[in-house]
Amino acid sequence: MTTTAEPTDAAATDGPADDARAHDDGDLLVDARGVKVHFPIKRGVVFDKVVGHVYAVDGVDLRIRKGETYGLVGESGCGKSTLGKAILGLEPPTDGSVVIDGTDVASLKGEELRKRRKDFQMVFQDPMSSLDPRQSVESLLVEGMKAHGLASDDKATASRLRELLKAVGLPAAALKKYPHEFSGGQRQRIGIARALAVEPKLIVADEPVSALDVSVQAQVINLLEDLQDEFELTYLVVAHDLAVVRHISDRIGVMYLGGLVEEAGADDLYAQPLHPYTRALLSAVPVPDPTREDEREQILLVGDLPSPSKPPPGCRFHTRCPWRQETRCDDERPQLRVLEIDGVPSSHRVACHWAEDIESGKIQPHHVDPTATEQDLREEQDAPHAVGDVEEAVQYQHGGHGAGS
Amino acid sequence: MTATATTPGSSRHGDEPLLSVRDLRVTFTRQGEDPFTAVDGVSFDVRPGQTVGLVGESGCGKSVTSLAIMGLLPARGNRVEGTATFEGTDLLTLAKDKMRDRRGRDIAMIFQDPLSSLNPVVPIGRQVTEVLERHKSMSRKAATPVARELLDRVGIPDPDRRLTDYPHQLSGGMRQRALIAMALACEPRLLIADEPTTALDVTIQAQILGLLKELVTESGTALVMITHDLGVVAGLCDEVNVLYGGRIVERGRRHELFASPRHPYTTGLLASIPRLDGARGAPLTPIPGSVADNLPWEHACAFAPRCSQPVDRCTEQSPELEHDDGGRALRCFNPVEATS
Repeated sequence: MTTTAEPTDAAATDGPADDARAHDDGDLLVDARGVKVHFPIKRGVVFDKVVGHVYAVDGVDLRIRKGETYGLVGESGCGKSTLGKAILGLEPPTDGSVVIDGTDVASLKGEELRKRRKDFQMVFQDPMSSLDPRQSVESLLVEGMKAHGLASDDKATASRLRELLKAVGLPAAALKKYPHEFSGGQRQRIGIARALAVEPKLIVADEPVSALDVSVQAQVINLLEDLQDEFELTYLVVAHDLAVVRHISDRIGVMYLGGLVEEAGADDLYAQPLHPYTRALLSAVPVPDPTREDEREQILLVGDLPSPSKPPPGCRFHTRCPWRQETRCDDERPQLRVLEIDGVPSSHRVACHWAEDIESGKIQPHHVDPTATEQDLREEQDAPHAVGDVEEAVQYQHGGHGAGS
Repeated sequence: MTATATTPGSSRHGDEPLLSVRDLRVTFTRQGEDPFTAVDGVSFDVRPGQTVGLVGESGCGKSVTSLAIMGLLPARGNRVEGTATFEGTDLLTLAKDKMRDRRGRDIAMIFQDPLSSLNPVVPIGRQVTEVLERHKSMSRKAATPVARELLDRVGIPDPDRRLTDYPHQLSGGMRQRALIAMALACEPRLLIADEPTTALDVTIQAQILGLLKELVTESGTALVMITHDLGVVAGLCDEVNVLYGGRIVERGRRHELFASPRHPYTTGLLASIPRLDGARGAPLTPIPGSVADNLPWEHACAFAPRCSQPVDRCTEQSPELEHDDGGRALRCFNPVEATS
């Protein structure tokens, strides 16, 4: 692991746009630079041989200011959850640095990392599997407090527990109950109370409402917002539901195949999506309004997400992009940059070579051959015996990866 | 617009319903436990070329309704009452082998999770030809080109090679397409889709919904769409039925229902979802409580404890589903004022 305290590489690739941004980012809580998480694909009967990597997160810079909510959206397999975990040190980054409140978390290990975890907590998607069914709510909440030395005084602990339950809207009687006695929404409240128990500064919420019914979703979303005001929390919300992310976030990053393709304030992003992938993604979301549905112009993407173990060269999106231009999109991976379009703020950054021309209409969308993306996938499956080249050998992972996706 | 315009609009008034469900009631009984009524007197009609939506949250009985119609509920532990008339035959009382004949030929179903509905050890092509062999008495050899045609029609690229692929070699969207190809093999007149896009990403969902829309308009297949997603319903269904606690609480054509929802549950659902259109930042208005708070329908409105505007009658008397002339129906003592 080559983690550097001074993120020279990442900063260099960012260019001048990044310097401009640095000035107004006085109170950064999270400063992640050049984060990469690559999972080795191992194969072998006696000895495990690394035959390739899944490039789950491949060079992401992420800055989160104190008190804001940063939303990370993307489809399954884009690496958004892995990035969330990498920031918490739950999934040690292969490369890059994650500075939370002045400490490089990626370089911490063991006891030191454990102690620092008091400041950043996680709320998981499925409260049923993230809460131990054999622990009462009280024991679930106290466990973390004890681990961080916050539960030395019994009286203070008891009043703290009552406070926590009140904050998340559960009755005090809930303390003696077990997770199975609660509904899905209430369980998620317990998960949130557990994260709050150690007074964290940052909460990473991975799909916090996607397992809940719509009517209950709103309760939990409102709760997260109230708690943010009350405890001055900073959130990183990872979700696939664009409407939920838009509602809850101040700033949003859109991920595709391990990298950020667009980053902007929530209103800017939805008012004027500039990356072709963001446009397609937003146009695909059904709206509960028949009149709008009938008028909605969809950008239908053909084909599927390419395998993250064999990302396409150049722009990751070029295999499905209706605006793809010959050679440059295929060869050169675009970096996030500020666009030279009037009215687009410098906080709105897009990783596309042609974003200006697409916005002005100079480049028109064209037909994308679905078999082009398909055949790539097929070759990967059909030729698993090409040897010598690590890139080629990646196909071996198919079974293992397929099970996870 | 396109869906409704090209769907024979006249058929909604003129044609006989293809499927007519009346007073469907499904009660699950378990030894030592009180019987639980999952579906409690559901009635609706589906006409050729029409898309009918059943919307509701988990536990509202929408999936059990479809399983009961298809005769796919387990043989023991439940009681199914009412009728489901499909072209003059009551599906609910049909003998098992007769029903098996119909299923797949006249009525087909697609499920939420395509991976668990496909046989993992049989190639895709074979799974499609199997349907044709079973219902159309085709030989496997004769069925293969038809299967290829079907895969092509549902938008699977390079169908020749896909015929020999196993389900695990396909992506989620492709699997759902393969499942739709199987369902379409015998050109069923009724297709029941139970949350067909819930497990898929939003860009893939758009592809599949487009495909279903095309099917209904082109071949006049009737579609029963079961979903929790009001956005999906808004774009696809001609008629929408909102279910709560096993009963239909509101019904209407999609434009009218969304323009002027009357039942507090429907308005509550609409107010509780964050939307991509419209202003951002206003807090959501959730429906308080959860399904666990429901009252029994027999002598109350089940939704009363969570309702935003209950009156005394709501906890004393069970509301009936009142129909008006325009195809709207409502089960509520104190509905939300009509806005238009």
